[in-house]
Amino acid sequence: MPSFVIDEKCDGCKGGDKTACMYICPNDLMVLEPNLMKAYNQEPDQCWECFSCVKICPTQAIEVRGYADFVPLGSSIVPMLGTEDIMWTCKFRNGTIKRFKFPIRTTPEGAANAYLDLVGKDLDSELLSTEEADGYQLPTPETV
Amino acid sequence: MALPNKPLGELKAVKDPEVEEREVDILIVGGGMAACGTAFEIKKWAPDKKILLVDKAALERSGAVAQGLSAINTFIGENTVEDYVRMVRNDLMGIVREDLIYDLGYHIDDSVHLFEEWGLPMWKMSDDGKKLDGKKGLKVGTLKSGAKPVRTGKWQIMINGESYKRIVAEAAKLAIGDENILERVFIVKLLLDANEENRIAGAVGFSVRENKVYIIKCNTMMVACGGAVNIYQPRSVGEGKGRAWYPIWNAGSTYTMCMEIGAELSMMENRFTPSRYKDGYGPVGAWFLLFKAKTLNGLGEGYVGSDVAKAELEKYAPYGTAAITPTCLRNHLMLVEMKEGRGPIMMDTITALKELGGEVSKKELKALESEAWENFLDMTCGQANLWCGTNTEPDKKNSEIMPTEPYLLGSHSGCCGLWCSGPDFDWVPDAYKIKYKDKVYNRMTTVNGLFTAGDGVGCSGHKFSSGSHAEGRICAKSMARFVRDNADFTPAISQSNDELVDIIYKPVRTFFEHCDYTTDIDINPNYLKPSGMTYRLMKATHEYGAGTATFYTTNNTMLEMVMEKLEMMREDCEKLAAGDVHELMRCWEIFHRIWTVESHLRHIQFRKETRYPGFYYQTDYPGQDDENWFCFTNSKYDPKAETWDIFKKDYIKIIPD
Repeated sequence: MPSFVIDEKCDGCKGGDKTACMYICPNDLMVLEPNLMKAYNQEPDQCWECFSCVKICPTQAIEVRGYADFVPLGSSIVPMLGTEDIMWTCKFRNGTIKRFKFPIRTTPEGAANAYLDLVGKDLDSELLSTEEADGYQLPTPETV
Repeated sequence: MALPNKPLGELKAVKDPEVEEREVDILIVGGGMAACGTAFEIKKWAPDKKILLVDKAALERSGAVAQGLSAINTFIGENTVEDYVRMVRNDLMGIVREDLIYDLGYHIDDSVHLFEEWGLPMWKMSDDGKKLDGKKGLKVGTLKSGAKPVRTGKWQIMINGESYKRIVAEAAKLAIGDENILERVFIVKLLLDANEENRIAGAVGFSVRENKVYIIKCNTMMVACGGAVNIYQPRSVGEGKGRAWYPIWNAGSTYTMCMEIGAELSMMENRFTPSRYKDGYGPVGAWFLLFKAKTLNGLGEGYVGSDVAKAELEKYAPYGTAAITPTCLRNHLMLVEMKEGRGPIMMDTITALKELGGEVSKKELKALESEAWENFLDMTCGQANLWCGTNTEPDKKNSEIMPTEPYLLGSHSGCCGLWCSGPDFDWVPDAYKIKYKDKVYNRMTTVNGLFTAGDGVGCSGHKFSSGSHAEGRICAKSMARFVRDNADFTPAISQSNDELVDIIYKPVRTFFEHCDYTTDIDINPNYLKPSGMTYRLMKATHEYGAGTATFYTTNNTMLEMVMEKLEMMREDCEKLAAGDVHELMRCWEIFHRIWTVESHLRHIQFRKETRYPGFYYQTDYPGQDDENWFCFTNSKYDPKAETWDIFKKDYIKIIPD
């Protein structure tokens, strides 16, 4: 199911510091045509349909069309990624629509505790830093 | 207005790229779960050292978890680590490194606790036995404080994991700092030290955003670039070939880069051909374990418990007769039905939901439907679209399942990878320890100073996302120890910068030298574009290397034939051509894939038995031969002599049955 860019909606992220879809695509597929300032998927048959570009696009210009070789036309699944939840609209070929909302994160973006002040003590033990801080003891297996 | 047809990159390559040199103490190559684990942990143990992480993509959405996940497949919790070892051992037909698995097992939960603290929503059980999603579940507390996760099976826990990788990457970035991360740089070769034998000294790669080659020297290095995908012809050959089960951008780089400098590989014959929903490759685990669905053959029979199936499983005792049937044998049972003409295999979602529906309220049924869709939408969006496109509502229409094309990996239900050191404990056999200057370094490969984790570590599958993260953290601590112990080391690279650029940009130079000869830049007798080489590799493995074309069977003659083809492919890699930097990335990926596949097939050739029926069959040696082959198979490429060596290594049982 390759991603495609809706011409009218794509502004090439003119106002941003980077082209969002190009920044995020894990397989380096999304590129910007610099003259027209429009993005496109340069290798649709290498698209994993991970939806990273769809979710990140600031103008909702990117959608996906089912892989030609096995998905009949007419369906779509469209995400709206928020800060706490993601909403999906799933449209069937026969017109049935289902909507789902799932949590994605329970803390504010940027708030992950990286334990910046934690300094390990015993480099020669096999305890990881947070295990050491918690006073965890390494077990020994029952062996043959 | 549609853009003109532009099949390839906007950034044209130039013959002479810029060169940037760096020198760091600790180099992390890769950006997935394992590399993020290393990045989180490393500064706690090496606060004053210079660290650099290099990712081919953007850390926020790179690696196998880019799309998200709907479950964490390994959380020890109330289980024992010994039982974890037993489960992995049985699933992988007996031959595993129990030291690595046990060592990982006791660290996994700590990473899961961190994920939850960082904001990953975990499903919980309420006090009255109801399932709560990750948001509602907050009120019953954290897993670390003793709240009960929602289990699907003994080892998995359910999450709302759409943003799993974003969360884990955020902590990794914060921990080492943005200034110590290079994104969109593809490391393609590792470099040995010029003065000391078998000692890592650096790596070389290039930017996929500008014409620039990076030459990075280091004291120690961790390589974790995932497994290998797109090495066999996929079942979908048009646009749909993008819908690989494992991430399509995993090019075997971990295995190839390490083997090329002489690191020992182990169990490279092991592969994974998961059975998944046909075409969309959506996950089946929750359908089996959470919704209790059963599979039916084309006659509508539940073949798994049939007399035919029982007889098949008995052939592979004790693994086949264990309480949990190993993954390869579950495939085997499916293949038996398909080969006998009793396909297709269907997941009976209708009956499963009907039976569950009989037990629950309407509201709960609605929640159940939502769970079923989330299972796909969190990790395989395309499967959800396939259901929509084919008007499939799982309570009204069953879906077909099918074993996929083969994949190589070490973190899922597979165990190929590098031969690595276990931890330095008394209970770990000496044969499992790798020393440098008399000291053991956990997860070090047989190249001094070179570490790996996740898909890179062989003989120890079933780590999945959480285990890969924890293993990356284990590497971090080992590497911190390594740089402390070897602080006086100064890396030296024998090749000049120009020589390295000549190697890395060879496909670009080949392109410019010959591209004017023909009127079509893709068709030229003097070079081959990477897409053409990819098809050649896939065709050869598909037909001779136990791909889907032959129901995963091969034999001595077919293996000899494919080895000859691979040799010519390696020769023709000298004539790969790239006109832009994206294509240059594809050139190096196919090079990595070809070497990885060659090691896979060399190992299959060497192991004269069929250890993993359902994953592959060596028809000259059907069945298991415990007497001769209950051992690891290791291989080593000698970079100086350019020769391969492949040999047996003893299996040592540590954990009792």
